[in-house]
Amino acid sequence: MAVDMSVTFTGRTLPNPVMTASGCAANGRELHRFFDVSHLGAFVTKTVMMDPRSGRGTPRMAETASGMLNSIGLQGPGIHAFVENDLPWLKSVGARVLVSIAGNTAGEFADVAKVLVDSDAFDCVVGVEVNISCPNVANRGLVFACDPLASGKVIALVREQLPRDVPMFAKLTPDVTDIVSIADAAVKSGATGLTMINTLLGMVIDTDRLRPHLGGITGGLSGPSIRPVAVRALWQVTAAMRDGRFQTVPLIGVGGVRTGRDALELIAAGATGIQVGTATFNDPTAPQRVLTELEALAESHGVARITELVGVAHDRMVIP
Amino acid sequence: MSAARPEGAAARPERAARPGSGVVQVSGEVIATRRVGAYHHLTIVAPGVAELARPGQFAALAVGGPTTGNLLRRSFSIHKVSPSGTYGGTLDLVIAAKGPGTEWLTALRAHDTVDVVAPLGRPFPLPTEPVATVLVGGGYGSAPLFWLADVLRERGCSVEMVLGAASEDRLFGVVEARRAADGVTVTTDDGSAGHKGWVSDVLPEVFRRTGAPVAYACGPMGMLQSVTRVAADHGAVAQVAVEESMACGVGVCMTCVMPVRDKAGVTKMVRSCVEGPVFRGDRIRWEAFHDGVCGVPEDTVGAPRVGGH
Repeated sequence: MAVDMSVTFTGRTLPNPVMTASGCAANGRELHRFFDVSHLGAFVTKTVMMDPRSGRGTPRMAETASGMLNSIGLQGPGIHAFVENDLPWLKSVGARVLVSIAGNTAGEFADVAKVLVDSDAFDCVVGVEVNISCPNVANRGLVFACDPLASGKVIALVREQLPRDVPMFAKLTPDVTDIVSIADAAVKSGATGLTMINTLLGMVIDTDRLRPHLGGITGGLSGPSIRPVAVRALWQVTAAMRDGRFQTVPLIGVGGVRTGRDALELIAAGATGIQVGTATFNDPTAPQRVLTELEALAESHGVARITELVGVAHDRMVIP
Repeated sequence: MSAARPEGAAARPERAARPGSGVVQVSGEVIATRRVGAYHHLTIVAPGVAELARPGQFAALAVGGPTTGNLLRRSFSIHKVSPSGTYGGTLDLVIAAKGPGTEWLTALRAHDTVDVVAPLGRPFPLPTEPVATVLVGGGYGSAPLFWLADVLRERGCSVEMVLGAASEDRLFGVVEARRAADGVTVTTDDGSAGHKGWVSDVLPEVFRRTGAPVAYACGPMGMLQSVTRVAADHGAVAQVAVEESMACGVGVCMTCVMPVRDKAGVTKMVRSCVEGPVFRGDRIRWEAFHDGVCGVPEDTVGAPRVGGH
């Protein structure tokens, strides 16, 4: 019997839990050559800020063991060009869109959200992902998600701009002492969900030239090598919500998902949605393939609905 | 050639991109692999690529098999394509082993499979009139030029080829050049073949002799810059296929960018995989490149303000 793959976020039902990951799929046209992006649960766009942004110089990437380091620097067209060119295209092909936004200041996050909400194609938007955790910013102090107060301020200001029925996810970094306290602050400030995890800050040195490999010196580590970190973060936050430490909200798991098995691992730790990121660089059909594989795996576990598997590992611990 | 396929075992794509998308993704079977000087020449069965590909486009190959720890694709200019043959459509690539990914590719043997996405990027634009052309290849950057030469000569263009490399073993296709071009000049840095020196040493004479209004070049960035400069000195336009590290090859990772002026003169950081790899040489902001690092010129759209990005 076919498994019901649908998932619901703040009253919005998606046909399945699989999404692209922000910054790993551009804004849709490129991957639509390989598979129909409207078949995904949602398409997550590249983080957009208020103004056009060139990003950093090159080299912008380095391959690492089962992963990569990137230092793009949030290159993008700016929110006005995004709502003029990219969002209408995604709507035209029937995609459900989760829009990733960022700002240099808390106020800029809110301004970007306002332009988005006022745009003509906003009805294809099934949620907003607030990227408070990009590591590729000049001032590490600007990684809002390293501080509960700064995280809460951004989330509260964006929440004011969004209609109440629009899901809002805070994207968190695992590069903190206690991710639970950041998650708590984001939810208390109005986040209706959390996306975990962004990349980890890393660095590679070119041993021929004996200098930093990346133009931006440090970069974000992604790929299968970080998947255990994502599982851990999802586990900790899910455990805290189950303990009643703060309100339970749905989680989107992201970090090193390459196969349906990887997706199931994040779901069992507590994720309701799944994003496929770096694996897309290896295989442009990866998001679609992960969905197919996940559906088959869910069926093999004998469930009627994929949501029965969310956080299931918390209930299956063997304590001798 | 070390090739043999059982009768009737036609290659079939395991995965294909969407019809009409201009690109295919196939699990390609290697049917021949051979050493050429310092390089490896691979022939891969890749149905559907030949019908779509044009000179200057490239292929992005996954390396290491399905469970590989090397996730990033390796991109190579397409050397040539054949739409049909004993084995179905084939794709030829020239690869230099210089890291774990390219070493895996060059260790492939007949009947091994490799995941191929091709053709990608914009091809060399072709002249509408039958004009004189100069084709310049640095090292194995010459790989796409023989196919380009055939296409140009079919259109009535004359083709003068200049091949340069550090040493004789790093030249690619000198014999094929003599077939494909009306004239061939070879240079090596160490003088082990042809003229001792760089392609830019011999190019002024080639432009003067042929009066070519267009040059096509593929090779290291420094060489592309000098071809652009010499072409401009002789009133010619250079169309150059750039080399920039790419993670995906399909336009989603944003790692292969470089500063390029558009028609209106506005500089943007553009992806060399989808907006390139072929650019007009005089539109590239060469001054931003320094010893393997490329900066963002201050007048680039969205350039970093104080403090950087």
